[in-house]
Amino acid sequence: MTAAVDRPSLLAGLAEVLHEVAGTPAEKVVPEAGFEADLDIDSLTMVEVVVACEEKWGVRIPDEALEGMRTVGDAVDFIATAGGGAA
Amino acid sequence: MRAAGLLGLGAHRPALRVDNLEIARRTDSSDGWIRERSGIVTRGVAGDDESVVDMATSAGGKALAASGVPAESIGLVLLATCSMPGPLPGGSPEVAARLGAVHAGASDVGAGCAGFTYAVSMAADAVRCGTADNVLVIGAEKLMPMVDPDDRGTAFLFGDGAGAAVVGLADQDTIGRVAWSHDGAQHERLVIDGSPLRLKMEGRAIYRWATTALPDLARRACEQAGVSIEDLAAFVPHQANLRITESVVKSLGLPDSVVVARDVVDSGNTSAASVPLALTRLHEQGEISKGDLVLLLGFGAGLTAAGQVVRCP
Repeated sequence: MTAAVDRPSLLAGLAEVLHEVAGTPAEKVVPEAGFEADLDIDSLTMVEVVVACEEKWGVRIPDEALEGMRTVGDAVDFIATAGGGAA
Repeated sequence: MRAAGLLGLGAHRPALRVDNLEIARRTDSSDGWIRERSGIVTRGVAGDDESVVDMATSAGGKALAASGVPAESIGLVLLATCSMPGPLPGGSPEVAARLGAVHAGASDVGAGCAGFTYAVSMAADAVRCGTADNVLVIGAEKLMPMVDPDDRGTAFLFGDGAGAAVVGLADQDTIGRVAWSHDGAQHERLVIDGSPLRLKMEGRAIYRWATTALPDLARRACEQAGVSIEDLAAFVPHQANLRITESVVKSLGLPDSVVVARDVVDSGNTSAASVPLALTRLHEQGEISKGDLVLLLGFGAGLTAAGQVVRCP
């Protein structure tokens, strides 16, 4: 067991995932950025991002949760609430 | 010990082609949008005079001719399909009758897009057991009448066609033990129901399952055949979506030497027909030749999947 990861670390980690999966530049990964609108992440790429996040933080992100996950901030919030890093 | 192998291949591709622009016009999308999401550029659409049985008979006849096995020596006809116009009758008896497979049993196989690889496994086992010396295995689909032309999520994805293979007695066993699996808890992800029949799909959930579950299944199929990924000459997955294919290829770490079937670009997703269509195309184009090791991998509605390593006839 490790302590849950804080939000800045989750944001940095998400930037790493987005860079790895979609080549997104880290500086564009800010809480307000919309995955589709600003980062050009389409729905299938988003699935790959989610799967990578699940592996990285040991959380489960169901498809239903994905529906409401429009911005980087939404994803960070979800992972933080789901206990990301505490697995 | 009796041994089974693939003896011949055949395909039927509808003459009518429908490109992305025609689909995009009705669904507020574009050629670029469709290509980006699926890799699909065009697809074959069956005409009024091309039923599932018509296309299956055409592909099956070509596979028989390629194998040199006369129709009367076929002991079993297996037709993998999910797009017959109604639940009864199955299409295989009529296909067998039209081809002159007078001594054959005939049965349809329902495993969605994985139907062909399931049927190849059953056919190989029937040959090994002595139930039949030769089995005609066909995947044939006429899905387009079941696809909502106004549904932006599915209208661009599918296509029609048929592919076939003769599985028969061989000197050496060249059809590897099948690796199969299911995730029946996700049975609602892809259905054909309603009146008129309509195909409904949760694409994102299926993409997730396919890209996470299939690499392990593919590795298992190779292990069971006693071959390594590097030994393969080609990888022929179900042509669901180019993005799934590329993701699985990446996860498997397939070397560049392995030819990857990308028939979806030209044919769309033809469900149970896609694996034999793609395999036949690689063979026709000379990308694979006799004796080459090919990994087949079917997957789809159910959810269910099956894969095996075969040697090219």
